Amino acid sequence: MTPMSDVMVLLLTFFMLTATFVKEEPVKINTPGSVSEVKIPSNNLLTIYVERNGKVFMSMDSPQTMENLAREMIAEGKLNLNAQELEAFKQVPMFGTPLNTINGWLQSDDRNGILTKDPSAGIPCDSVSDELRIWVSAARKANGDKMGLAIKADRRTSYKVIKNVMNSLRDIDENRYNLITSLKGVEE
Amino acid sequence: MAKKGGSKQKKMNARVDFTPMVDMIMLLVTFFMLCTTLLKPQTMQISMPSDKDDIKDEQRSQAKASESITILIAGEERLFYFRGKPEEAAQNLKETQYGKDGIRKVLMEMNVAALAKVEQLKKEFETRDINEESKKEYNDRLSEIRSGKGTPTVIIKAADEATFENLIQVLDEMNICSIGKYVIDKFADSDKALLEPKGVKFAQN
Repeated sequence: MTPMSDVMVLLLTFFMLTATFVKEEPVKINTPGSVSEVKIPSNNLLTIYVERNGKVFMSMDSPQTMENLAREMIAEGKLNLNAQELEAFKQVPMFGTPLNTINGWLQSDDRNGILTKDPSAGIPCDSVSDELRIWVSAARKANGDKMGLAIKADRRTSYKVIKNVMNSLRDIDENRYNLITSLKGVEE
Repeated sequence: MAKKGGSKQKKMNARVDFTPMVDMIMLLVTFFMLCTTLLKPQTMQISMPSDKDDIKDEQRSQAKASESITILIAGEERLFYFRGKPEEAAQNLKETQYGKDGIRKVLMEMNVAALAKVEQLKKEFETRDINEESKKEYNDRLSEIRSGKGTPTVIIKAADEATFENLIQVLDEMNICSIGKYVIDKFADSDKALLEPKGVKFAQN
């Protein structure tokens, strides 16, 4: 018995240390399966989420990079956050409201609820107002050339929205990015 | 009186029962195992052509008519393709489906030479040690084959009605069929007109 429990404890510590828990995402996104086996870069990554109904959200991987992004946005005069709101912004798992409502969103208690339920949530990304472009170029400025870019979209999202996102990225010369998928075998 | 308790010390059983602890650990191990392996996201790297039109036109003119194929992704899981020039699209247009018997067969047929080379390359590297250097060489040679002479050029056009999954499925086929030259292009009105006789419905806008 003792050798077995020894091994067990070892295994347990191994799995505990290697475990990387995915941040709780307020919006459920089912990624499509693909045979591609490229791993995603783990740090300094900007993820653009596209939810099933076409709402666009964004997140950075760490509070530090989130802060850089917020400070850059404030420096450009696009955002106006007080210290408390900045602190809240650093900690959110993902954000995505039009720029003019972001202060109200940061002060509210039910941030995730607003993202999922409010029909006006989501970063505007069409020909009328393209705030995604502002966010991504600010993130690029704030976090440098090494910053990776990934799009995580739901499998049932209409291509119309994806096209808008891709066009916005193309407009600001972001031509290399990753599409996040889940692994699937090749059917022979 | 004082000696009464001292000599009557209880004999403790030195063996402690570990079973509940092992049970717990087993449970935890399973929990962590499932958590770590299931939540590793995969990605697919793509580079889009930049917006500068001169580059685009150059690439387009490079593609020979016999080596180019246009894939049209429509809504409702429908998929069309035509080979050759866009001017002759109407007579070459064919409907197909996703998966190995559909679009993959078509692409494989167009890319036989490169696929054979890839197989050969895989065999060659099977016996070699895996290290950074050989990996790099393998990838370099793979991408050389993929974009080499005689490989098809694929133009992917997706309608607004298509889903993200459809696009990924098509991009996947590029990977499987070892096609290095592909672009995602705009779905133009002429493509719409091409598909409408086939009973594909488009939203008005």
